[in-house]
Amino acid sequence: MIEVRNLNKEFDGVQVLKGIDATFENGKTSLVIGTSGSGKTVFLKCLLGLIQPEKGDIIYDGQIYNEMSNNEKRDLKKDIGMVFQGSALFDSSTVEENVMFPLKMFTNQPYEEKLERVNFVLDRVNLQNANKKFPAELSGGMQKRVAIARAIVMNPKYLFCDEPNSGLDPKTSTVIDNLIQEITKEYNITTIINSHDMNSVMEIGEKIILLKHGVKEWEGTNDEVFKTDNESLVDFVYSSNLFKKVREAQLRQDNSGS
Amino acid sequence: MINYFKYIGKYFIMLKEVFKRPQKGSIFRESIFKEIEDLGINSIGIVAFISFFVGGVVVIQTALNLDNPITPKYLIGYASRESLILEFSPTLISIILAGKVGSYITSSIGTMRVTEQIDALEVMGINSLNYLVLPKIIANVFFYPFVIIISIWLGIFGGWVAGNLTGLVSSADYIMGIRSEFEPFHLVYSMIKTSVFAFVIATIPAYQGFYVKGGAIEVGKASTRAVVWTSIVIIVLNYFLTQMLLGK
Ligand SMILES: Nc1ncnc2c1ncn2[C@@H]1O[C@H](COP(=O)(O)OP(=O)(O)OP(=O)(O)O)[C@@H](O)[C@H]1O
Ligand SMILES: [Mg+2]
Repeated sequence: MIEVRNLNKEFDGVQVLKGIDATFENGKTSLVIGTSGSGKTVFLKCLLGLIQPEKGDIIYDGQIYNEMSNNEKRDLKKDIGMVFQGSALFDSSTVEENVMFPLKMFTNQPYEEKLERVNFVLDRVNLQNANKKFPAELSGGMQKRVAIARAIVMNPKYLFCDEPNSGLDPKTSTVIDNLIQEITKEYNITTIINSHDMNSVMEIGEKIILLKHGVKEWEGTNDEVFKTDNESLVDFVYSSNLFKKVREAQLRQDNSGS
Repeated sequence: MINYFKYIGKYFIMLKEVFKRPQKGSIFRESIFKEIEDLGINSIGIVAFISFFVGGVVVIQTALNLDNPITPKYLIGYASRESLILEFSPTLISIILAGKVGSYITSSIGTMRVTEQIDALEVMGINSLNYLVLPKIIANVFFYPFVIIISIWLGIFGGWVAGNLTGLVSSADYIMGIRSEFEPFHLVYSMIKTSVFAFVIATIPAYQGFYVKGGAIEVGKASTRAVVWTSIVIIVLNYFLTQMLLGK
């Protein structure tokens, strides 16, 4: 479980995160949604300790991140998997080396075992026959999938994904979403996903947090999204015409039903 | 001025992080060999080429300056050897490596920074400074002395070729010259300088790359800055090391 208390971050006098409180539970996929520039990436990076917030606490299973010793932080990080918005693959290493890297660094398994694990996770993200390729030789979507494979190869307790399916086609997108949800359940992971993909929201958003200009505007489950009166959320969700129609249809149904 | 002190402070704080125990010995050794290849072996070609030709130039110029009929010809060999050992090979070649290797280090680390690869390392719980920079320092400090020895040899050889081709100094005189009054400490001094410069060539560009902010343009600018500062620091250290080690 990860708790966030009163998180504040500013860049050059501009408040990017304003007093955010949130709780993310084990075995649940939580989604942080919001328009571009609303602070999702900064929020995630604060949780990871990559950006130092001005104020606020990040609490990992009862332990306050800022009060941990360097060793404790390092141990915690072995349990963290992160998919960066831009994939952040090591570009001078092959796909296989990228995914194997955490295993090489932190385990003493024999090579065959590591390779088996690497192939297993690459298979789970639907990426076969790319082992010897370099990141520059892959499409953006394939790079994303390698990044996901690298993030889950160590069986993390906490999984963070910054827009894991931006740049993926709807089909692969769904595959990735389902995969993330599956492993979240299977290994009881605390998963936080940044997204502005409404499909993901509806498919796997067991908990949804809406950020707007760095403020937590709304919090709820995917079932509640369509019934909300929150203006910002309605604004965000129904910026797509398709969803606008879905909502109208649903409201009509609800009215005739009652 | 205050800013310079800030940079220097940040540089030493960086070094403190760099000189921690590597997290995994096998990966560390692997990186060192890779860096020796990237930073050292890949530089031998250019170093050999330059050394050979400059050796020739040094001999021709020395011969022209020692054209008094009473000065024995073997002094040309002696003087050329000394200038190659003392100054040309350790200092000039280091400046050239500052350009070649320095810009490579800054741009590779800088690119890792702006594409979040360094963040990815940090998130995994890896001390990225230690992981990325320490192997480079070790590869440089231990391998460059060999490169400089090669440079001295090829410089002397290039001088011999030039002396023969121009007829300015006979082979016998030249060989007598390069074998006379050899002072081992001069070679030691040369190797000490080389190791210090090698350290500078690894660390200043690494610093510039590691703390770069922005994108491709900033990485380019940082590379230029790295080469300029590395060269300046080498020149200044050269003066102080010479005064310390050779000055009376
Ligand atoms: N390193 C930084 N320095 C200064 N400002 C920053 C920095 N990083 C982010 N910001 C600012 O913080 C705000 C939030 O950025 P963030 O990257 O979190 O947005 P986002 O919600 O992830 O958007 P997107 O959906 O486009 O990825 C933006 O206004 C951005 O300009
Ligand atoms: Mg973002």
